[in-house]
This record gives sequence, structure tokens and C-alpha cells, in this order.
Amino acid sequence: MTLPEGVERRGFDGTERLATRGEPVYGEPTDGEWRAWNPHRSKLGAMLELGLDTGLVGGENVLYLGAAAGTTVSHVADFAGPTYAVEFAARPMRDLLDAAESRPRLFPLLADARSPEEYAHVVEPVDVIVQDVATRGQATVATTNARFLREDGRLLMAVKARSEDVTRDPAAVFADALEELRGTYEILDSERLTPYHDDHLGVVARPLSEP
Amino acid sequence: MNDRTAANDGWFAGLDPDDVAGASTAIREGRADTPADWPALAVESGFAADADEYYDRLHEATVAAAREQVQERERADDRQLVHAIRAMDDSRRTANELAERVAEWAGSRYDDADTGVEYARELAADSPDEEDEPLDPGAERLHALATRTADLADEADELERFVETAAHDVAPNLAAMAGPVLAARLISLAGGLDDLAKMPSSTVQVLGAEDALFAHLRGNAPSPKHGVIYTHEYVRGTSGGERGSAARAVAGKLTIAARVDHYSGERRSDLDAELDERIRTIRQRGDDE
Repeated sequence: MTLPEGVERRGFDGTERLATRGEPVYGEPTDGEWRAWNPHRSKLGAMLELGLDTGLVGGENVLYLGAAAGTTVSHVADFAGPTYAVEFAARPMRDLLDAAESRPRLFPLLADARSPEEYAHVVEPVDVIVQDVATRGQATVATTNARFLREDGRLLMAVKARSEDVTRDPAAVFADALEELRGTYEILDSERLTPYHDDHLGVVARPLSEP
Repeated sequence: MNDRTAANDGWFAGLDPDDVAGASTAIREGRADTPADWPALAVESGFAADADEYYDRLHEATVAAAREQVQERERADDRQLVHAIRAMDDSRRTANELAERVAEWAGSRYDDADTGVEYARELAADSPDEEDEPLDPGAERLHALATRTADLADEADELERFVETAAHDVAPNLAAMAGPVLAARLISLAGGLDDLAKMPSSTVQVLGAEDALFAHLRGNAPSPKHGVIYTHEYVRGTSGGERGSAARAVAGKLTIAARVDHYSGERRSDLDAELDERIRTIRQRGDDE
């Protein structure tokens, strides 16, 4: 698997780490204009680190659901094209705004990812949806947002088992989520994000073609 | 809201390119069902000369809109949250009560009458058309009552959505750890976030179990192990003998979360991790025995 253009492995204090070029956001180590991308703090970073075939090449339009304080989405904006960052809590949005300050193609949207009509008047059809929302019904969020994805687009999703039901076996939660996704998407790859994130499943999918 | 809501227009429709305040409002209040190639449409309509200019304007507008919303939402106070969660409970309880009445009434008229809010919704949806067939006054009132019941249930759902958003704004750590609804209930039972922050965790543990607590203090009942925090999966999902320990651990961390929220307001995700770890230990202990 190849890394998208704009993401490289570089040495930081003697260890090879993923990195992108941009203003630092969360106190990560830097090397010139490169800044390290910590897979422990980013599910997408973990997916790249673990070698899931994300299909990312760099420069694509991205809709990022669950942008939080902008840790991951700032890296995405560094290597992707126009990036729409949806986050519904006000406090992390404050930090996300700081990350957007130095990134003219990062568009912060304070909206609920469960209600796409709140941002469909702003977001254009995209090549990639990255989803990292920690609410119940994560698969439903992915299917209701499928309208934003181009025919040949990719959904890159982290399913957090604990957000659905902490008492259930994560494997069962993941199986249910994948089953629901299959109504709208074709699953291309899925893998647990251990050791970077416990009880998370990374999923790569593409929309089912219209019958 | 403005009159653009029904149409599937981009945020820039009818906007003066230099009107940043108007653009911000359009971002915040606009709605559309489906996305479209907005950059191309904006260039076509003359809103921007090219895609680059469009994206520059979009950046300016989205940042301005998000900044305004953040400022507004951070002013959200715990009083609003308390009112909302109480209103949500009232609405839900009343909707259920009315649904029972609708079911009983409908049972006297229709053979296929069902029960519950769902049935009230069905009845409200297929109210016979008055043009075709004038309803008798009784049926008219029954269908009207079913409509009110469904509306009230919808309002309860809307209130829950509001609580979910507001709880994250008022108490981000508590809402993340307890879930927004339980967080709102704890704040409501304590009387406010500052009251909750000043409570010892042993009090938080039994909030909502006041009857059982006072029965215990009068000396004729065992001490309650948990109050409303029972709805937390870590308490409910921990079995038998270890549930009291789990309740104590959850109450302890929730109390700390409430204090961080009240006195600092910064999000501290390490707190969640500490609780996860603690519950894992407690459950393992339970399994070993």
C-alpha cells in the first residue's frame, strides 16, 4: 500500500513516523515544515500505519465527520484538497478553528452529522468521507451521509464499539455495524485498530452502484 | 429561517459576495436535502470568479459562522439544560399517558386498534380525509388527540436532541463520560452544575435514590448502592456483588468530571480512560471469584 501524496514517513528523534506538512496543531513534534502524525491520537493515522488500503492519493475533496478538535482533520487538510470538517460540540470547535486559521481549504462546520440537511447546502459531492463520530448509531451516520459520496468515492470509517454498547462483545458490535453498512456500501477492507486504539474497527468501503 | 428553506439552493444563493455577515447567517441557517457541485454553481451564478475565489469566500464564511456559533453555545448555561431535561421527561410521560387514552378510545371503535405512541402516530397519519367522508364528531376528536400525542412525542425527541447538544456544551467531560442524558439528569437532580461540582461523590452515587436513602437513614433499609447512575452501562452492566464497587467508581469519576467542567471547562479525555481501566479491574475481580 502506498501513502497518499503529501504524507511521508520521516525520522523524528530516530523513529520513523507518519508526517504531513503544515502548521502544528496539538503540540506534535516537527521537523522543518513537517509535523508528526500520531496514530495513537488519530484513527485515520492508525489505518494508514496499519496498512489498510484507503485508496487515498492526495488532493481529493474530503468530508470529515466528527472532526473534534482537529487533530486528524488538520493532517487531512495538509495532504487533501478542500476539506469540510463537521463537528457538533462547541468546545472542540474552538481548537478546530485555530487549525482552520492557517489552512484556507479547511472549512469548519458546527453541525450534527446525523442531520446532513444542516450542511448539504455547503458541502459539495466528495471523493472521500472520513468518519470518526462517537455516538450510538455510527453505521446510520455513514449511510445517511452516503449522499455526499461520489460514485467511485471511499468511506474511511472508525467504528468505536464502546459508543454503541460497552457491555457487548466488540466483535458483535462490529458485525452489526458492517451488516448495516452493507445496505449502502460495499466493504473493501476492515481491520481492528489495535494496538493504537482498543475496540475500534477501521473500515474502508465504497458506495454500492445504483441497480 | 428564511424563505430559501424549501429550495435546494447553495448557501451563496442571492448573496452579495462581500456580505460576510449575510454569508455567515446563510451557512448557519441554510438547509438542503442533497449536495450539489456548489463551486461550479457559484462560479456560474457569478458569486465567484473561479473555484479558488469561491473557496476563499467559503473559508471566510464558515470560519465566521462557526466562531459565532461557538460563542453563542458557550454561553449555554446549565439552567437551560435543567429545564430541557425536565421538559423532556414531562413530554415523554404525558405522551405515553395520552397514547394509552388513545388506545383505549380507539379500541372501542376499531377492531385493529393497537397500543402505544406508535399506534397514536399511525392513527394520526391516516386520519380519514374529511372531504370524502365527513367524520362523526367522536372520530374527529380521537384523531385530533392522536395527532397531539404524536406531536408531543416528537417534541420529546426534539428536546432530547437539544439536551444532547447542550450537555456537551455545558459539561463536556461529564457528558462524554456519562452520556448527555445522564449528565443532564445529574445536573438537574443536584440543582445545577455548581451544586453538582460541590457534592461529595457518595452523594452523587445515590442521587435519584432519595427515598431509599432516607429509608436507610431511618434505620429500616439497606443503604442504596446507586441512584440515577444505574442507567450508566458501567453500573448496569456490572453483575451482582461488584455492582456496588462499580457504582462507587463511576460516581467518583463523574464527580471529578463535573468539577473539571465547572472550574476549568477543558476537555480531559484521560479521565474517561481512567474510568475504563478501573471498571475493567472491577469486572475481572468479579469474574475471578
